[in-house]
Amino acid sequence: MPSNTLNGRTFQVDDEGFLTDPGQWSEELAADMAALVGIELTPAHMAALEFMRSDREETGSTPTLRRMNSAGGFDVKELFTLFPGKPAKKMAWLAGLPKPVGCV
Amino acid sequence: MSDSSTPLGATVTPAAPDGFVMPDFGHVDAPHAATETSPEAALGVPAGPRKMAFICSKGNLDMAYPALIMGNAALGEGIEVHIFFTFWGLDIINRRTNADLKFTMTGNTAMHMPQLGRVHDGLEHRSLPQGLGNLPGMTGMATRMMKRQMEEMEIPTVPEFLDLLQASGAHMYACRLTFEMNKIIEADLHPGVERVLSASDFIVVTNGAQIIFV
Repeated sequence: MPSNTLNGRTFQVDDEGFLTDPGQWSEELAADMAALVGIELTPAHMAALEFMRSDREETGSTPTLRRMNSAGGFDVKELFTLFPGKPAKKMAWLAGLPKPVGCV
Repeated sequence: MSDSSTPLGATVTPAAPDGFVMPDFGHVDAPHAATETSPEAALGVPAGPRKMAFICSKGNLDMAYPALIMGNAALGEGIEVHIFFTFWGLDIINRRTNADLKFTMTGNTAMHMPQLGRVHDGLEHRSLPQGLGNLPGMTGMATRMMKRQMEEMEIPTVPEFLDLLQASGAHMYACRLTFEMNKIIEADLHPGVERVLSASDFIVVTNGAQIIFV
């Protein structure tokens, strides 16, 4: 299994680069990873990432955008603005979780 | 990532270290772009960001979902999505009808009841007799059943799905010919529908798109 090193921190990832051990995640790591995709983490970004992590812990699967909206109350349009392009994947990556597998 | 074309004042994105494994977020200017030497170019895939267009021509509940689900998935992958609702598919975006789309087993030979497996092993794979679908109340029952199953899977209802697509930036259109033929009024359309569009305008708008007909 590959591992990544970023600013002195080494962590295990899957073939696509998603963290495989959520325990190796930290807010500082997320901030450094976010910089790689041109995002500066604000409290709004962090709220989404934190919800993802807690929902994952609760349900065992990474929430989809739809679930971020229906269970977490996040505005989908805003998530597209905060994490442009591929919001759900980007959030899962930054939250140190596997990518979401739900269809909706 | 950044080059001389970076606009003044834009944040410069640091490059990932060598050997760093990360998902493809399509961050290069043109995601999924075919360059002159790429294998995609040899296959005739147009250069530029990927674009998908769905044509929804059916108004049954079960035929509303495929394009809504795939369109939503495509938006989540950063793909530009256009959806054209035509003929019976207009019922999907008409607010007078879209909360009440029906699922009928008539004409559907792939209709099974998983519950029958408990009565006799193997029965769950048998097609239900077509005659059943014609009995009064069967369509209502099949519709309720399907809606319940979708809800259990946390799939949104059709009106909620349109809200989700709208929030995710889908471009949705009503077909001009059938819109006029069915005497629909614009006020009845879901607010996510951008325009009533003629067939030729749809062809223009979807230049370079992968087109999926449902």
